[in-house]
Amino acid sequence: MNTAPSVAEVRALIVKHKRWDLAFAVIGTLALMVGILTFVALFADMLIDGMPRLNYDFLTSFPSRRPEQAGILSAWVGSTLVMLVTAVAAVPLGVAAAIYLEEYAPKNWVTEIIEVNVTNLAGVPSIVYGLLALGLFVYQFGLGQSILAAGLTLALLILPVVIVATREAIRSIPSAIREGAYALGATRWQMVSQHILPYSIPGILTGVIIGMARAIGETAPVITIGALTFIAFLPPTPISGAFPFLSFEWLTAPFTVMPIQMFNWTSRPEAAFQANAAAAGLVLLVMTLSMNALAIYLRYKLRKNIQW
Amino acid sequence: MTSTVAGIPAIATVPPIVSHRLARRHTRHIKERIIEFFLFLAAASSVFTTFAIVYILVSESWVFFQQVPLRDFLFDTQWTPLFSDAHYGIMVLLSGTLVSSSVALLVAIPLGTIIAIYLSEFAPFTVREVAKPFLELLGGVPTIIYGYFALLFVTPLLQKIFPELPGFNLLSAGMVMGIMIIPYVSSISEDAMRAVPMNLREGSYAMGATRFQTALRVVTPAALSGIAAAYILGISRAVGETMILAVAAGMQPNLTWNPMEPAATVTAYIVQVALGDLPHGSIGYQTIFAAGLALMLITLFFNILGHLLRKYYRQAY
Repeated sequence: MNTAPSVAEVRALIVKHKRWDLAFAVIGTLALMVGILTFVALFADMLIDGMPRLNYDFLTSFPSRRPEQAGILSAWVGSTLVMLVTAVAAVPLGVAAAIYLEEYAPKNWVTEIIEVNVTNLAGVPSIVYGLLALGLFVYQFGLGQSILAAGLTLALLILPVVIVATREAIRSIPSAIREGAYALGATRWQMVSQHILPYSIPGILTGVIIGMARAIGETAPVITIGALTFIAFLPPTPISGAFPFLSFEWLTAPFTVMPIQMFNWTSRPEAAFQANAAAAGLVLLVMTLSMNALAIYLRYKLRKNIQW
Repeated sequence: MTSTVAGIPAIATVPPIVSHRLARRHTRHIKERIIEFFLFLAAASSVFTTFAIVYILVSESWVFFQQVPLRDFLFDTQWTPLFSDAHYGIMVLLSGTLVSSSVALLVAIPLGTIIAIYLSEFAPFTVREVAKPFLELLGGVPTIIYGYFALLFVTPLLQKIFPELPGFNLLSAGMVMGIMIIPYVSSISEDAMRAVPMNLREGSYAMGATRFQTALRVVTPAALSGIAAAYILGISRAVGETMILAVAAGMQPNLTWNPMEPAATVTAYIVQVALGDLPHGSIGYQTIFAAGLALMLITLFFNILGHLLRKYYRQAY
């Protein structure tokens, strides 16, 4: 039988264990610092390498064999147009799917299959979407290496993000709102379109922004469908002077996007091209980070403001 | 439908004509049905996407497997689909994937877990509020930028420690990939830990345990399946990651277990072929679908495992 420890011994034990607490707090802070410092180093690296190249000409020039004359005009125009297609395709589809799953879906095996699919699609590597698009959009549908094919590919890629965010936004609306609408004689669609949708717009917006930020930085699927790396022209303009004023020719135009342009420059051995890559990377980084930051801010506001 | 109002008696003294009311109800009903159908189609698009992925990968790989026996694909130790003496041993590409993913996980799992425990159990409120968005931003950086960072920042840095390190290597790509995965591992693990009910912690404190003891012996075991799910989703991310490896690890197929060497992964190989000018339908071209199928099966396995684990921990309390 042990004798009971003296008070001094117990105190020593407590101090010893409290030291572990402190040690772990330090380790935890250090681990967090590794993440944050890497982030800072990454940003600083891009800034130092890329800032000298970043000027107005860089944004308004086409890529060129001479690194000092090269620019990202075709890349950012391409990215913008691809994003436009992605948003037009992914947002209505994703929101509609989320509405169905939250407000309409009966609890049965069909719903179960759809839910499992959405979860699974979120984990499919982006390059597999590229292969899907290559086989389906490029060859079977004959869309070619076009802006339309790329935009649809990225839309499929971010669909799970939009669906999940919309579902969360819808789920946070209390059922009293639904019951109130029904009590006034609204049909299900009236209830959804006049109450659920407007109230969940901030949440949906957050998800859409995060999805778009992801899509704009995606390289692998767009390379897989065969986007060209050297494009020294712009797609036809969507607005024309003559009737019918709107032209959709740009949808089928060949294109390049920001990450592909950056990849192309990074994989060249000359340091001057790598400086171009850093400058393009800087633009891309600022774009995605500001989109992400906006989404984080929106969510923060949302959490503060909306109390049902 | 519980939403219709037909059953409520009219309050007005002159009751509306019943047939009018029913007619309106009828069109309302049809409209609702049509809308519901379209919403269902939108939701079902996820199922179509999955089917399309499986269909494309299998049908395009079929062309490949008619010319290359499955045995060669799995057990050959050379991957030279573009040479005249063609070999198709997926093992070569898988070794690159395995080595780079292992390096990434050696970085991401310890750091991610420590960060999760720290944020969930130790960090003051303000630290958590600042750190979480920062980590989220880390996860939002485009992978091509991580690739640039690995090739032109981390590799030169590592070359100061290991002078013999080649310009393209799995080590720096893997390490940067690990940093990229940290936010996935830490946020899912942290969610799992925060889902552990407070009274478990209170019980532990009441027994005289310190914060560290509570975190390590009560909270972590209770959240274990969620933490495991985080690791598995991290693995699936690492296996599917493309651009960091395509940029920083080189594109030479190389059967190796040494992270200090350059090697192509399954994903980097797909990028390499897509960048080249092989015609659609040639055997060299079809290899990317076979490689993609292998990749899809591996990540599918991990995703399902992670999903099941996550479901399990959600039901635990």
